[in-house]
Parts: sequence; structure tokens; C-alpha cells
Amino acid sequence: MHKVIIPVGPQHPALKEPENFMITLSGEKILKFSARLGYNHRGIEKACEERTYIQDVYLTERICGICSHSHSTCFVQAVEEIAALEVPKRALYIRTLVAELERVHSHLLWLGVAGHEVGFDTLLMYTWRDREVVMDILAMLTGNRVNYGINTIGGVRRDITPEQSKEVAKATNTLEERTKYYIQIATKETTLIKRLSGVGVLSHDDAIRLGAVGPTARASSVDRDVRRDDPYAAYGELKFKVITDNHNDVYGRTLVRMGELMESYSMIRQLLKNMPEGPIAVKAPRKIPAGEAVSRYEAPRGEDVHYVKSNGSEKPERVKVRAPTLANIQTVAKMLEDRQLADLPIVIAAIDPCFSCTDRLTVIKEAGVRKNKVMSWEDLHDYSIGWYRERGIDFAGLNKKLTRMLK
Amino acid sequence: MIRPGKMLKAVLQSLFKKPNTLNYPAEKSPMPDKFRGKLLFHPGKCIGCKLCMRDCPANAINIVKVGDRNFEAQIDLGKCIYCGQCVDSCLKKALEMTKEFELASLERGKLKVVYHADNKESPAK
Repeated sequence: MHKVIIPVGPQHPALKEPENFMITLSGEKILKFSARLGYNHRGIEKACEERTYIQDVYLTERICGICSHSHSTCFVQAVEEIAALEVPKRALYIRTLVAELERVHSHLLWLGVAGHEVGFDTLLMYTWRDREVVMDILAMLTGNRVNYGINTIGGVRRDITPEQSKEVAKATNTLEERTKYYIQIATKETTLIKRLSGVGVLSHDDAIRLGAVGPTARASSVDRDVRRDDPYAAYGELKFKVITDNHNDVYGRTLVRMGELMESYSMIRQLLKNMPEGPIAVKAPRKIPAGEAVSRYEAPRGEDVHYVKSNGSEKPERVKVRAPTLANIQTVAKMLEDRQLADLPIVIAAIDPCFSCTDRLTVIKEAGVRKNKVMSWEDLHDYSIGWYRERGIDFAGLNKKLTRMLK
Repeated sequence: MIRPGKMLKAVLQSLFKKPNTLNYPAEKSPMPDKFRGKLLFHPGKCIGCKLCMRDCPANAINIVKVGDRNFEAQIDLGKCIYCGQCVDSCLKKALEMTKEFELASLERGKLKVVYHADNKESPAK
């Protein structure tokens, strides 16, 4: 059958962020899927090197709009390791509490998005309504709904009062009740089960080979979770299960995320109950001693890795960020092999992608050639046509066909 | 027997419920106590150490000496990321976060606010 290459993105109604996918089709069947990232590159790593450590905490917080606490905690942990700061226990507990509340809000958001992608908008409306409960709690604890700004080097910036922990406990009860309802929906609603089962299959071996992380890996029964394997913050003192599933498909990923929500509620209760008394921060020096550290963090989307190298000055020498989506994007190509085009939106959405977090890499073509070139509009036009021609899409032929048809 | 429409009950129930949304400009939800809104500057307390300028991640604040022990603050609301680090850094509590959040403006000039030494606020020229 004749092969067709469809470019999806950088701007496309099915995508929420700018990225480009080239999909080779034979009829409705996907033969090849290739992703091209980099449309959202903001140069955050370089910007980190230009700023002081305390300014970087707020900058890393803005890497991602959903897991903002994940990135700032990951960065702060690395800096604290280099400076050998002993963070007070209460600060670690508050960090973990915000981290788990963030996971709740991220997973509820994902459930809504997944519902929307399969045309179940009722689920979207209801989950996002309930998500407001946890957003309000986060705003009450930290002062903002999204960029919490709770972390600082050496601890946290805001304490929790007993009244606030009562409010959190109350909200957790409400959310748990609602999540139980969604679990019931997810496991009993036939339309949802039929749409998600057998879609985006990623076998256990493929998940390991492609280096999948987070719920994407755990739904392929890869028992891997940084919170348990390499405990940070207060996770070492908490009792929780790592949820895995052997469905290997989008349905399994839904069940894993639902299960993780329930685990998060139990963790929030433990944190509130065992919250130690004491100071919430230690004073951090402005100049961090020379050294390097790698910090791992289980973000709602998977393992997040930050590498920080310091040279004894006020500014870091190098900051490297590996967002979870970068590890997971490779799996999408495998999941979509020989599948239907209609499965594309939900399979991409199932890894819970966040492309603006991922755009770290700069590829410099013609390395060594230090020559700047000014491109005119015509040059750019020719370049774009050439770029697509290399990938098998010929607009020249299409244009001719179009003019012929119009005649 | 498995049949679709498991959410039907909740959907029908919501017909008789109050809408979950707020009628925003008419009614506003209260801001939390720790909310980080527009910055407020108390010129009398400022000693001109400029720690806030040094720590600001967005270069949004500028402290200018206008006389003997008199300081003015120029704040760019368009640049400010409302993180509140300047409030934490200030040794004399001369900065404060208010609950004001409706700061959008059609003119750029209005986004630059100057707190004069005599405790008055005006848009920058």
C-alpha cells in the first residue's frame, strides 16, 4: 500500500505543546513514528549558570508548570549535598508533604486529560473540579497554586500550623472518597476499559530496554521507584507500596496512577501524624564549596535527575536537568508501531508528556564552523522545503498538483 | 452484567447542584494568608543594604538612594515573579507581600511602580 508521511505539529490541535511528530502511515496503520523536540528550548541550564544558587531555586521551579516542586527539590537536594548541609527533619517532612500533594494534583490532572483524549469529557470536568480541592490546599500551605516557592537551600520557607494540617487532613478525606469513585469508574465503565485496553502496549522487556521511568514503566510491571530504591527527604520513614501493573497498556497506566493516588493519601496522613517539631531551615552559605552532586527525585511523571557542579563561587558551574519525559518519549515509538492513527493522542498523553521540561539539548550542526549566516525569507522558505523533502514530503509536487486542480 | 453509563447517576445529580465555578469579577474567592501578591515597600525601614536586589531572580526591584538615609524602591511588576525571596532576604522587614493580584494593565508605564521616600506610590516616569 502507498505510504504517506503526516507531520503532526509543531502546532496542532491535538497537541498541547509545540513538538513535531513524523508519522509514516500505510492506510490507517502507523509504520514509523519519529519525534522531534526542541521547539520550546529556553536555555534554562545556561541561565542557571548565570545566576546565584538562591535565584536558581526559583528558576528550576519554572522548568515545569505541573511538577514545579519536583525540579526545585531535586536541585536543592544536589546543592545541599555539595554544601554538606544537614536539613532539619521538619523541613524534610514539609517538603515531602508538598511533593505528595503535587503528585495528587498531577495525577488527577492526567486522569482528566486522558478522559478528554478518548472523548470522555465528563471525566475531565469532574476530575478537574476535584483537583481544585488540592490546588486550594497547596495555595493555603505555600501561597501559590502552581509555583509554590516552598524550597530554599537548607530547608523550607514556610511552616505549617496545626490548623493547616487539620485542613489538609479534611481535604485528603474528600479527595480519597472521590478517588475511590474514579477507581470504581475506571474498573467498571465499559467504554473506558474498551478504549484503553490493548492500546499503546509496551512489554516488560521493551520498557527496560528503552529506559522507561515512572508510571509508564510501572504499568509494564517494572518495579522501580526512586522513593523506595533511593529514599530522599522523608520517604525513608514512610510506609508505602510501589504500585505496579501487568496490563502493559494505557489501561494499566491508568490503574497505576489511581493506585498511586491512594498511596499518596496514606502518605499524607502519615506525614501529618508524625510531623516532628523543630526549626524549618538551616542557614545556607552564599558561596557553595567546590564539588559535584547528582540528585534523583521521583516526580509524578517519573524519575527526575539533576546534576550540579560548583566551583566555590556564588554561581554553579554546571547544571544539568534530565526531565522524565525525555526518558519516556522513546517508548511512544514502540507503543505506536503497527497501531492505528486514532490511538496517537491517547498513547502520547498516556506517558503524561511535558515537552517544555524536556527541551534541554542543543545540537550544533557543523560544529567547528564559526560562521554566522543571515537567512532571508526566501532562503528560509527554500530551507524548509528542503528539510521536508529530505524526510520524504515534497511540497513542490503538491503545489503543482494544486495549481493543476485549480485550473 | 457490564453496561456503559456508570457515571450517569453523578451526571444527573449535578443537574440539581450549584455551579462549581465562581462568577469572577462579581464575586472573588478569598486569597490565602500566605499569598504572594503585589510588593509593598516601607521606605522608613529600609537601610539600603540592597540584599533584595542581589537575591531577586528576575531583577525586578531597584533600590535608589535619594538622600541621607532615604531610599526609594522601583518595582517592575511585569518582571516580578512573585516568589517573595526579597521579603525573606530583607533584614529590616521593609518589604511585604500584599494580597493584591489584579495587576494587569494596558500601559507598560503603570507596571513600573515607585515607592517614594515619603511613603507615596506612583507609576515610574
